[in-house]
Amino acid sequence: MSNQDQRPVYMDHAATTFTKPEVLAAMEPYFSRYFGNPSSLYRFAGEPRKGVEAARGQVAAALGATPGEIYFCAGGSEADNWAIKGVALANHKRGDHIVTTAIEHHAVLHTCEWLEKQGFSVTYLPVDKFGRVDPGEVEEAITGRTILVSVMAANNEIGTVQPIARIGKIARDRGVLFHTDAVQAVGAVPIDVDAMGIDLLSLSAHKFYGPKGIGALYVRRGSRLENLVHGGGQERGRRAGTENVPGIVGLGRAIELATADIEGHNRRLAAMRDRLIRGVLDAIPDSRLNGHPTERLANNANFSFRYVEGESILLMLDARGIAASTGSACSSASLEPSHVLLATGLPHEEAHGSLRLTLGDANSEEDVDYVLEVLPDVIGRLRQISPLTPPAGKKVQEAE
Amino acid sequence: MYTERVMEEFTNPKNVGELADADGVGEVGSPSCGDIMRIYLKIEDDRITDVRFRTFGCAAAIASSSMATRMIRGMTLDEAWDLSNGDVVAALGGLPDAKVHCSLLARDAIRAAVNDYRARRGLPPRETGSCGGDGCGCHPKNG
Repeated sequence: MSNQDQRPVYMDHAATTFTKPEVLAAMEPYFSRYFGNPSSLYRFAGEPRKGVEAARGQVAAALGATPGEIYFCAGGSEADNWAIKGVALANHKRGDHIVTTAIEHHAVLHTCEWLEKQGFSVTYLPVDKFGRVDPGEVEEAITGRTILVSVMAANNEIGTVQPIARIGKIARDRGVLFHTDAVQAVGAVPIDVDAMGIDLLSLSAHKFYGPKGIGALYVRRGSRLENLVHGGGQERGRRAGTENVPGIVGLGRAIELATADIEGHNRRLAAMRDRLIRGVLDAIPDSRLNGHPTERLANNANFSFRYVEGESILLMLDARGIAASTGSACSSASLEPSHVLLATGLPHEEAHGSLRLTLGDANSEEDVDYVLEVLPDVIGRLRQISPLTPPAGKKVQEAE
Repeated sequence: MYTERVMEEFTNPKNVGELADADGVGEVGSPSCGDIMRIYLKIEDDRITDVRFRTFGCAAAIASSSMATRMIRGMTLDEAWDLSNGDVVAALGGLPDAKVHCSLLARDAIRAAVNDYRARRGLPPRETGSCGGDGCGCHPKNG
């Protein structure tokens, strides 16, 4: 097939999204016209400072917070690091125990592992086969030494949405700070930090049609948090470094757009997602859906295909113009399959054969049609090559 | 990440399939590691007259299988035994460091098939002296 025949289909919105034209337009003046340093005293600082504070208000409004509780930083990973290390360092005299889950993003897991080397202890809660955390297990895990519970709002790989409000209430009742990595959830799941008992929340603009390299941490007023980045007095003395003003302005506009009509947005995406899921499971034997059947992000479809390996699927799809993702070992330097899929109880061989398709605003029904046309062929070709594929006509046990 | 040669070999692999009357069959790897390579040899007068493969694995594994089988067709068993993973990597125009183990699998699948042929003829196996799957260093932390 020539490149001209390919229909370019981007279905990796969980990795990153394009920057919307409205967002780009909002950012544009802050690159050159309003280029001043917002920390300066002269008039060139006025517009940049206004832009930053307007964005702070937009982020606060999207989360049900107040502007004084929003701190800008470089992105989701920094926000996760700041929340967890910051709470640990500021509260170590009160306790040294953190509760999190086995399926967190590496920005959380690797931070917790680092803290373990510094003498903290961490409980990594298991999840059920759908990737859900049991709030009862969160409660049981909390001890008198626990200073933080960190549970992601929605999983980046399998899309499972966690019972955040219930976990938040448990943490609050026990007097423990609650952090949620909401990098995949903002714009997809309505967030109200008060109603959900959230004390700290991480978000990243490029996951909801904003620019890359800018994120924010919500910190409930009065929460004890050590600084991570030391230097000047930016962000009210809590996060040093000259502000990424265009990025901050873009984040503000993007979160405003992303949270304006979450329900309508989800309705459209979920309809396409469900057709995609049904189409794939119907057309491809020995395939299964990973993640929760209903409590999942509206844009996420994650599959496992027996007898084939994920990177091969990914590259064959790419050759046909479709951009997707996999939790297969072979797509990473570690050669280990996805810790998330393994935590849901998937055996290694099925975790190796996983494919994540995440829909977004640029996708159409025609894109779904195209994937449904191409994917069965790709899986069929790879199964012809695989020695694991049962001989034709031989009945195998159905995948769950 | 991959060379054009690897992508060409991966998207249009040669020698895919099985030989029902194979004289030697070799398989290495495991599903849990994410790679299985099985090679079938047809041998006449100590020379490989036909070869097929089936592989479960990444693009590098499939490309390595295809390239290795193309390289050993027509070789004597000694020549095929001496095919190094470096030969396969070179023929593919290179592999990323993390994927070099796929070329080792190809070499070892060929050697396993040669030893299977020897076993069928009552001959002792030749020492492979390398990757056997677990603990080989080709599959870090897997298993």
